[in-house]
Amino acid sequence: METANIAQNGRRLVTKNPMAAFLIVVGVVLIIDVVRQLATGDITFARILSLVWDGLMRGLVIGLAGIGLSMTYSILNFANFAHGDYITAGAFAGWATTYLIAGRFGAESSIGSLLLVGAGGSVFGGALGINVVSTPLAVVAGLIVACGFTIALALLMDRFVFKPIRGSGGIPLLITSIGAAFAIRYMLRFVFDPGTRGTTAAGAVPDIRPTIIDGSVVFTMHDLALIVVAGGLMLGVHLLLQRTKLGKAMRAMSDDQSLSRITGIPTERVIRATWIIGGGLTGVSGFMFVLWKGTLSWNDGWLLLLLIFAAVILGGIGSVYGAIVGGLVIGIVASTAVIWIPSGFARAAAFFVMILFLIVRPQGIFAGRSTA
Amino acid sequence: MTDTEPDGEYAQRDDEEAVSLFGITFPNDGTMLLALLLTTYALYMIAGFVIGFPVRGLVNQLGQLTFWIALFAMSALALNLQWGYTGLFNIGIVGFMATGVYVTAILSKPVYGTGTSAAQVGGLGLPLSVGIVGGVLAAGLLGFLAALPALRLRADYLAIVTIALSEIVRFALLSNTLSEGTVGGYTLGLGGGNGLILDFTDPLEALIRALSLPFDLVTGQDGFLWTEIYIGIIVNGISVFTPGNPKSVIDTFAYAAVLLLILGGFYVLLRRTGNSPFGRVLKAIREDEDVTNALGKNTNQFKIKSFVVGCALMGLIGILWFGTQGSVTPNTFRPRITFYIWIALIIGGAGSNTGSVMGGAIFAAFLFQGPRYAKNVIETVLGEPSAPSSFAQAVAPILSADIVPFFLYTVDNMRQLQLVLMGVVLIVLMHRRPDGLLGHRKEIASSVPLDRPASNKSLASDGGETDE
Repeated sequence: METANIAQNGRRLVTKNPMAAFLIVVGVVLIIDVVRQLATGDITFARILSLVWDGLMRGLVIGLAGIGLSMTYSILNFANFAHGDYITAGAFAGWATTYLIAGRFGAESSIGSLLLVGAGGSVFGGALGINVVSTPLAVVAGLIVACGFTIALALLMDRFVFKPIRGSGGIPLLITSIGAAFAIRYMLRFVFDPGTRGTTAAGAVPDIRPTIIDGSVVFTMHDLALIVVAGGLMLGVHLLLQRTKLGKAMRAMSDDQSLSRITGIPTERVIRATWIIGGGLTGVSGFMFVLWKGTLSWNDGWLLLLLIFAAVILGGIGSVYGAIVGGLVIGIVASTAVIWIPSGFARAAAFFVMILFLIVRPQGIFAGRSTA
Repeated sequence: MTDTEPDGEYAQRDDEEAVSLFGITFPNDGTMLLALLLTTYALYMIAGFVIGFPVRGLVNQLGQLTFWIALFAMSALALNLQWGYTGLFNIGIVGFMATGVYVTAILSKPVYGTGTSAAQVGGLGLPLSVGIVGGVLAAGLLGFLAALPALRLRADYLAIVTIALSEIVRFALLSNTLSEGTVGGYTLGLGGGNGLILDFTDPLEALIRALSLPFDLVTGQDGFLWTEIYIGIIVNGISVFTPGNPKSVIDTFAYAAVLLLILGGFYVLLRRTGNSPFGRVLKAIREDEDVTNALGKNTNQFKIKSFVVGCALMGLIGILWFGTQGSVTPNTFRPRITFYIWIALIIGGAGSNTGSVMGGAIFAAFLFQGPRYAKNVIETVLGEPSAPSSFAQAVAPILSADIVPFFLYTVDNMRQLQLVLMGVVLIVLMHRRPDGLLGHRKEIASSVPLDRPASNKSLASDGGETDE
């Protein structure tokens, strides 16, 4: 009786939703393969754990940056392709500050080199000994500047780029945002030079390495910092949206723009608030991302942007929790994909998951439970 | 309306009407295009002469300019089929270009070990023509695979899917796993981060040799047109008048001329497509897909066809573009190439073929090649000065009122600033002129003239009795 039921359910799934059935089969195959790899010793349990941990950290960054993208996507109705470059801009602004303070305002190296975050290898982050324990002030100041700078940038871009054509629909705005993205990205490249720089000394970040089952897993202070900052801000956004009038107005606007205006919501003011919150979170995520991974380059934000889109779409556009959950899923996929496929394809795997999701469930996981 | 209708049935009628651009009125589209091109060339020549640019360099620049104009005009036309006609938002163009040129490379590179250069991987050693057909088909196939599921999506989702796809293509080209391998006795691969050396026959030479076949039968010589006419008469003839070997410059010109011919083919193909019943359905889909569906057209099929054809054309453009560059590396295929083509299309105006060609030409001349030419000219004039190596060194002297280092740094980094400029141009265009130069035109979908016949001037206000 029981088996007949399962078979019937299975048949219904295959006929009604072949894609979902296919995905389930793929998932089962992947899990069996992990078990096989563990059994044959191709991979250790600790290795899987550190990949998952890595993915979680990456996911926090993606989720944090995704909140801003998701909010503007749902309230202003366009996919902002310049969002990735807000991340880079915030990171550069923040790190210039951190370098300046850690380099004691020119005592360690010339002010110009510090402000350009060591362009052309003139100062190395490792030499300044930047990390959250030994130079907490520099890191916190950088974080604040990254946040403030990105807010200013987002407001400025909105005022001069997006606001004049607010009413012309999603696609013209999208195209415009691509123009803005390239302008910002190559301006950063022009000012800060195309090199990738190391910002923190590799291996100098305090960490603990507990042995778990069959190997050691590394947890650093920067992981902790990222968790505290990202978690705190996510909680803050949650409270803001649920407890304040502004949050309620934002939710109303993402549902129906004209209706909100009729009911007396000052839509332009809400839009400004959206850019401020979104921009601030984006700048912080850019700064924390660089702190966590230890390198900085003009292309970082763009490379992250598609993953953020993946997360936002996965979670359902407009949903803040969706962006967070989507970010964690995409981060873990991108990190753990190397268990099954060559590392060159890890990012491709995350994009592939996004494409699959768009096809199977374009409304996202949290669709219909819009929160902001 | 019978089958005896002349060929001009589908002719776009608006090119017989006067058109005006920048306040100047032209009798028709052809004159306008010609005037635009001539003005551009004149500007380039004047700039070169005034500053005393060497003649050889100037001529070479003009050849390259033609090359870029043809390429961007073709690309804009192909994109116009997808976006302008059908409303498919493809921002993964570069992925299809990369597919085209890489597949051509794999098919046509000499077999491993027999090549002229010490390439790390070989190819199948097929003739270049087979390689090009293969590359075009591969790009079309990739477009088909992408289109099957993705075309049901909203425009912004399709945009994200296509750009993700183009990045997946780039990652695949970059990956070590696929960089080298042995398939059926051949050492093949995508070359990974090092890219591929395109050591197949030069496309221009291959083309001329192919054209030479009938002459070869008569003269009994191999590659008569190439060795006797092209090298023997044209190149050697010109080298009498110029110092140094002019072959590379002449090659540039000859190849650009070939591209212009292909561009003409593109234009005719897309204009006829646009005015055919097929094209009318595409435009109907762009305006309102639901209505088109309700009228009994299988819109999905039309969209897939339009997308696949556009992608195949983009593959061909990729081959024409990178096939003569000697080698390709994956990081050439960054999204900025897609961005270039979108700007070209938006300058010209989505939906208009003439506009696409004009947009491609304007983009190539003033946004793409222009700044590089300016950099070239300025550096020649200033005698190749050494620019500061970082922004700090460039800015610091400004405090002491010395802007020369900053100027030099700006010129030296023209390629970065150029993209900033393009971004700003795109933003301004979207603000001021989202329809581009010619996108505002109404293209009449009907295949029969809708105007009143010129002879019948009186209105049929009396109930049409005169018709008796």
